[in-house]
Parts: sequence; C-alpha cells; structure tokens
Amino acid sequence: MGAGTADAIVIGGGLHGCSAAINMAGRGLSVIVIEKDFVGRHASSSNAGGVRTLGRDPREIPLALMSLDLWHAIDTIVGEDCGFDAGGQLRLAETEEDLETLKARAAGVRDLGYDHEEIIGTDELYEILPELRPGCVGALFCRRDGSANPLYAMRAYRRAVIAAGVALHEGTAATGAQRRDGAWHVATTGGDFQAPVLVNCAGAWADRVAAWTGDRVPMTAAAPSAMITSRVPPCLGPVVSSAARPLSLKQLENGTVLISGALRGVADRDANSAVIRLAPFAARAATVLDLFPAMAGAQVVRFWAGIEAITPDGSPVLGPGASEEGVFHAFGFNGHGFELGPGCGAVIAELVATGSTNTPIAGLEVGRFQSTGIGADASAYGAPEQEKGEGYAANQ
Amino acid sequence: MDPEPRKVDIPFAKIASRSAKPVTLEIDGHAVIAGEEDTVASAILLAGALPNRLSAVNGEPRVPYCMMGACFECLAEVDGVPERQTCLIPVRDGMRVRTVRGRER
Amino acid sequence: MLDLAVIGAGPAGLAAAATAAALGLEVSLFDEQPWPGGQIHRGAERSSDASPGVDTERRAGRALLAAFRESGAGYRPRTFVWHVGPADDGLIELGLDADTDIALVTARHVLFATGSVERPMPVRGWTLPGVMTAGAAQSMLKASGVRPDGPVAMAGSGPLLYLCADQLATAGARIVALLDTTPAGRHLKALADFPGALRAPSYLLRGLKLLRAPARHGFPKYRRVEALEAIGDGQLKAVRWRQGGRWHEAECSHLLLHQGVLPHVNLPRLAGCDMAWNAEQHCWRPLSDGWGRSSIAGYWVAGDGAGIAGGAAAADFGHIAAFGIAADLGRLDATEAERKARPHRRALAPLLALRPFLDTLYRPANAFMLADDGTLACRCEEVTAGQIRQAVADGCHGVEAVKLYTRCGMGACQGRVCGATVPEVIASARGIPVPDAGLFRQRTPAKPLPLTQLAKLDPVLNPPLEEVG
Repeated sequence: MGAGTADAIVIGGGLHGCSAAINMAGRGLSVIVIEKDFVGRHASSSNAGGVRTLGRDPREIPLALMSLDLWHAIDTIVGEDCGFDAGGQLRLAETEEDLETLKARAAGVRDLGYDHEEIIGTDELYEILPELRPGCVGALFCRRDGSANPLYAMRAYRRAVIAAGVALHEGTAATGAQRRDGAWHVATTGGDFQAPVLVNCAGAWADRVAAWTGDRVPMTAAAPSAMITSRVPPCLGPVVSSAARPLSLKQLENGTVLISGALRGVADRDANSAVIRLAPFAARAATVLDLFPAMAGAQVVRFWAGIEAITPDGSPVLGPGASEEGVFHAFGFNGHGFELGPGCGAVIAELVATGSTNTPIAGLEVGRFQSTGIGADASAYGAPEQEKGEGYAANQ
Repeated sequence: MDPEPRKVDIPFAKIASRSAKPVTLEIDGHAVIAGEEDTVASAILLAGALPNRLSAVNGEPRVPYCMMGACFECLAEVDGVPERQTCLIPVRDGMRVRTVRGRER
Repeated sequence: MLDLAVIGAGPAGLAAAATAAALGLEVSLFDEQPWPGGQIHRGAERSSDASPGVDTERRAGRALLAAFRESGAGYRPRTFVWHVGPADDGLIELGLDADTDIALVTARHVLFATGSVERPMPVRGWTLPGVMTAGAAQSMLKASGVRPDGPVAMAGSGPLLYLCADQLATAGARIVALLDTTPAGRHLKALADFPGALRAPSYLLRGLKLLRAPARHGFPKYRRVEALEAIGDGQLKAVRWRQGGRWHEAECSHLLLHQGVLPHVNLPRLAGCDMAWNAEQHCWRPLSDGWGRSSIAGYWVAGDGAGIAGGAAAADFGHIAAFGIAADLGRLDATEAERKARPHRRALAPLLALRPFLDTLYRPANAFMLADDGTLACRCEEVTAGQIRQAVADGCHGVEAVKLYTRCGMGACQGRVCGATVPEVIASARGIPVPDAGLFRQRTPAKPLPLTQLAKLDPVLNPPLEEVG
C-alpha cells in the first residue's frame, strides 16, 4: 500500500489511540496513527494513573472489568509493567452515614451481577491503611484495582505501536475527513491519508472529528488536575478516595504521592493550555493531612493540568459512528479513561475486524446524545452530578 | 534497617578575619558552634556532617553543590521539618539539624 | 495590594526597589536568601568599607544596600515566590512562602530580578562529594569566611573562575591546579569584538590582572583542557584532565567547577513570558525591551536574569525598570522617565560594549556543555546523558518529551541545574540548533511547597459559606 493508505486511520495518539492501533495491528490490519503533538501529550500523561473499576457508572462496569484483566497482564501487551501496582482502590467511609451510602452502592452493584465492590470493616481497613487517622468506620474496596504510571504506560505504548509496524505520524494535525468511494480521506498538516476505517480517539478535540463524520456530540474540554509530592516513606497501599469529600490519593513505586480528586482547572484546547486553580488544591492538601498525618513532611513538587473531554452524562462514547460507515469512536472519558485504555483498544479492534464485540457497551453509543441533543437518561442510581471525576462517589 | 551511610571527609577552614556572635546548634545529636553569619549548610560542611543526603534514585552520597538555592543537594531536616534547603537557612541557637546520617534507625 | 513586587535582592532588585520607593510607589522586595545582596554582594552588609579585600565593586554594593535600607521599600527576606499568575482586574497574584507563613498577595507590576545560575558543567564524577561550583566556594568565603581546606583543583572558563581562584588563594586555599577549558582559537575569534571591549578599560585591566592570578599566587594553570574527570569512590580523591591528547592527574579534596552563568529564567517562564535565544551568550533569556518590559503586561525583568551583563549593569537596569514602571503607573511622565534613565543608559554603554568580547572569548567548549553517556545530566532524578540520547532515539524531539520519558527535569531543582544540558544533548543527537530543542516548561510551584503550607491556604481560598438569613 502507499504511504498514505492503510486499513485503518486512528486520529489521536494518546492511550486510547495507541491501544486501538496495536490491537488492530495484532489482528493483521495496517494502521496509521495521526497525532497532532506527540504520543501521550495530553490527558494520557497528565492523569492520576488510577486503574479503577470502583465507583464506575454501570454502563462502564463490564468494560472496566475486562480492561482490568488486561492491566493484570499488561507486560504481555506492551512488554513493560508500566508501574502497575494492584494495591486495590478503596473508598473511605469517614462516618456511619458514609458507610450506609457505600453499602447501598455495593448492594446495587451486586444486583447488577458484579461482585468486585466489597464493603470492609474497620479491622481490615486499618490493616490495609495503618497510617489512616483513627475514627473511620469502613470502606468500599476493589482488591484487584490499583494504579499505574501514565508516563511509563505512554512510553511503553509508543514503543509497542512502533514495534507493531503502525505508521505513527506525530506533529501532524488532522484538518478534515470525508467519506468517498468507500474510504475515509483524512486531510492533515502532513498530507492526505486514506483508509476504509476511521477511529476517533481525539480526546478533548474528538467532537470536531466526530462532526466531520456527521456525529454531533455535546462535549466540552476541561482541565483535570493533580499534584505530586516529593518522595515520602511508604504509607499507602491502595489508592484512597473518600465517600465524604473529593480526594484521590496514591503512592507511586518511587515513593512520591499523587493527589487529585475532582480538581478542575481551566482548559483552552486551541492553545493547548491547561492551567490549575489553586483553591481546590488547598482543600485537597487539608484533606490529605487530616486523613494521613504521616504525610506532614511531604512537599508538593508539581501541580499540573491536562486537557480532557467531558460528556454531559460523565461516561465515554465507545462504538461505531451513527451517521457514516467505517467510523468508530473511543473518547469522552471525563478524566477516568486511563483504566479503560487497554480494554477500549481491544473492543475497537474487535468492532473493526468483526463488526461486533463480546464486551457489553450498551449505553455508550454516540447516538445517545443526538435524540435529545443534551444529555442521556439518568443512570439507575440517580442523576449523575456534574463533576464526576475520579474519587468522588456521592450519588452513585 | 539500612546501615548508616559512610562518612565523607571534605575539609573546610574558617579564616580568622570574620568576627561573629557564636551560635550553638545541634547536628545529628552533636553540639556545633557556628557564627551568626553562617547558614545551616556551611555549618554542616564545617562540622563535616556529611553526606547530608543520599540521592533519591540510587542512594548515592550527596553534599551541597551550588550554595545558592538552585541545586537542592543541601537538603537536611531542620527542627523536625524534612528536606529543607539548608543553604537558605541561617543558623539559630538551639536549632536541631538531622542529616541522613543522623536519621532514626 | 502593591504597586510593585520585586523578586530578588541582588543589585538589580535593590536598585529597582529603592528607586521605586523614592518615587512614592508601594513596593516590596521578596528574596529567598536570609540577607540581601544577591550573589555578587553576599555578606556585603556585614563587612565594612575598610575590611580587607573590599574593592570598588564591593563598595558600590554596600552603597546600594544602604540606599535600599533607607528607601522605605518593604523587604521580606527568607521568602520564596512559588507562584506568579494572573489575578482579577488585570492584577498579578504572587504566592509567597515565608517559612512559617504562606500568603497570596497582589501587585500591579512584578519585576523579576532573579539573577543568574551557574552554567552546568557535567563532567564525569561531578556528583561526588568534594565537587562544587566555584560560585559555591566564593559564596561561602564572602558570607561565612569559610574556605576549602586541603588541595583544591579548579576547572572551567570565564572571568569568575579566575576571580574565585584569586580570592580563595588570597584567603589561604592551596590551589593545586587551575584547568582552563577555553578552547584553542577563542582569542582570535574574540579579536573582532575587542574594540568594543576597549570602551571599558578598567574592566579589561581588572580581567588581565585576574588572568595573572595563578602566576601571582604560584599555582599551576593548564590551558586548553579538552576533557575532565572527577575520581573517587564515595568522595573526590583526584581530578584527571586531558591536555594536548595526554592525561594528567592531581590529588585533590575539592574540585570547583565554573563555565559561566546563565539567566535564571524559572519565574518569568512560569509566568508565561516569551523567551528568546541569545546566540552570543548561548542561552535563553526573557524577551524584553529597553525598559525591561517582558512580553506580558505587568511583568518586567532586570539584571542578569534578563541577560548576563554583570553586577554593575544589573543596578543600572534595575533603576531603568523602576522608571519605566513608575511611568506606566502615571507617577512619572514619559519625558521625565527618559531623562532619569539617561545617566544609567550612559553608564551601561561601555559595560554592554564589553559583553560581545567576553561572550565570544568565554563561550564554553561544546564538549563541556555536553556529557558522555555514563555521566549524569540530571542530578536530581539521576538521568544520564546516555538515557537522554536513548529517549531521542525512541522519538523524543524536545525537552518536554524527554522529560516525560526519563523524568529528567522533574526533580526538586526544576531544571535549574540540568536545564541547559538537556537541550544540548538533544540538539547534538538530532543535529539541530540548540534552541530548536526547546527549554523546560515551568509550572507552579516554582520550588517545592510543603503540603502543610498549601493546606494553610484552604480557609483563605475556600471560606465557609455563610448561613443565609
């Protein structure tokens, strides 16, 4: 085939684009990836690294569980462990009221047929988190969850993409796409490309790509943010969040602690810029020190914000396009797409190669926004709150 | 328990012309007399309480390098607060400094 | 709320703050050091004009300090600025950490007078205890009257290396070798700029006198050193160097390195000011106009932090910036500002005319701006130059991609030490001009901020909602 032609073109070289590319290549397809900056430049490298099935919207649960299994074998997929640590994800009940909320959640999830979210009591809680301040009453726990290092992951995925023979074009921005004669013609700043299949993994810019294919998605760009500390003595095993207040806390292999949790900055996706807001960081700092007094010696070394896509109902768009042939979407992860990366790539490749997928993805269709134009049906557990970032359970 | 890092001997001398009000501080449990014009880093260097830290990744011995607040090699615990840039902190009577060699084991 | 926040208490900051206060501006000077004077005037307040070794430059520094103290400008030592950014109504917000206190303050204008940092000199073994910068030794001498004991080797290039050698030898240090890494042919290259240097004869003479320091003190100087290595197991024992293809070795307890200084651009970069590559000085500097205005309204730069021109020039630039800021605030009209700036511009002319000569003569050899594969480029995260070259081979095109891949530049120093080495290694590996490799982005906090300090801002930034009714 000519250099500008392949079986599939992926727009977006983040985690989801790379994952889709290697999965399609693994099924024998020739793949081109078009990335406007460099692999992992945006949300993929600026997220908090949570590998979390805990607290997911029910529509995402089967996909998340399937993806978690892939994380547990990530070195067979990309040849590196990406810093994956299966220390679990734990949502604290600071009060009895919190515990009731979490128990209701666990019961609801069990009713759907999933048993990955367990309630644990104080004995097990303090065994897992000896540095936690006294007085917490229990937690919701996913034992097989954990965290990984987004930077290591992107490095590994990039190497895997190249090793799989995918044609990676970085510094190349897609400027338009048109379907003609059974193929997608993608115009970019680096020339034109053609393929029968177009995969939209364009992150915070994916609504524009979707629009080229005739799919309207009311998506916005936000700036999820996080901070990381200097290395501190080991004090955390699982990733910790709280039912009571926004928080996500994890200690990386190198001893540094990553603090996030519903931290929204200000994004300007056309300027490739994302700026933090200090106020929520100050609140998170106070929360961390309240819950883990042993962290009193930690220093914040860096704040950062990435640019991510936010959908009206807090869940991603995954599946075939609604308007044209040969288009597949995987975007809109609302700041919690990292864990879904391996799984979404497998699902996309399965859809492209076979026309269907064994993983239930009902409720994630792009078409769900087009009937009303604004939002989807409320989830079974009440209307999702606006800022549904990682680590904030509230109305699940 | 990890062993105490091997002491490093780097000689410094105080020249006579500086007059100073003496300040007594404690470095790794030892009383050290410094001048009020000294920073904690120069007191550490003069007292030979080295290495003051180990590198973060490979645990190599490190001592102050730039003495102007840029390199972050001069880190030590000062009055209970870890990882202070000691070249920016003036000595004070009664100050308690702990380097990696004085760490509780 | 301040009219002007000045960051850095070296000559540029002191001059600007004193002048601004004299013009009636509400001005405060913030400095992370415990005592004012920056690097060049360290310890100057504590000495007297009659102290031994005090020269014209020192006396000028003492006068500057006295004027600052008398000016009524606010002064906050031991205060580091961890954040600068936009606030409401076109004002600028600064995050301050003063040890026990943390605060957010607003100002109409901010002057970055953050001076310079040493250009890194990543030779093999440079992280061994016993290796320091020449500037570090000089600081300790000026501030605390402490000198290195035992055999001392010094290596690098530039007038400050010789000044330091002279001062240390005068203070009794036993210098066993001064290893000059200025490459062959530089004097010839610099000849073209020599006429300009003649406009600053006193500096030239001073420089010539310094070059004779080895002879005067009786320690050996080795010229055209091509390579250098610090040897030791756990600490420095000796230095090896190659000259004319032959290796030599000398035992030493100290190796002091210096190959010039670079503008310390972390804060203006954090604020988002545009940077420009200065080919003559082979470094980045904030884009600025003749008054010190940066590319962003409200942010100003003066002194070595705006471009290396030395201590005396820094004071003149500081005064000029203060006049410019006062004019912007309506305290001076444009003509008055011009008039007041004129004597300072006149004083600057010879100092600036001297620069091209010094810059050409003392541009470090490429070999010493690079590092070999096994040598650390990033001391904090212990990333070797070889790992950077591997990242480039893996497809990283610039410093930010290398940072994500290797953690280089993510450590505590935020690129203050490695920031110049990384683009050199990338550019050399890719065969591109050094500026095309980029420079590290800076983000808040400008230096690590204790979590306990950040938590103290919670009640300030997130005040509890008041009960209604």
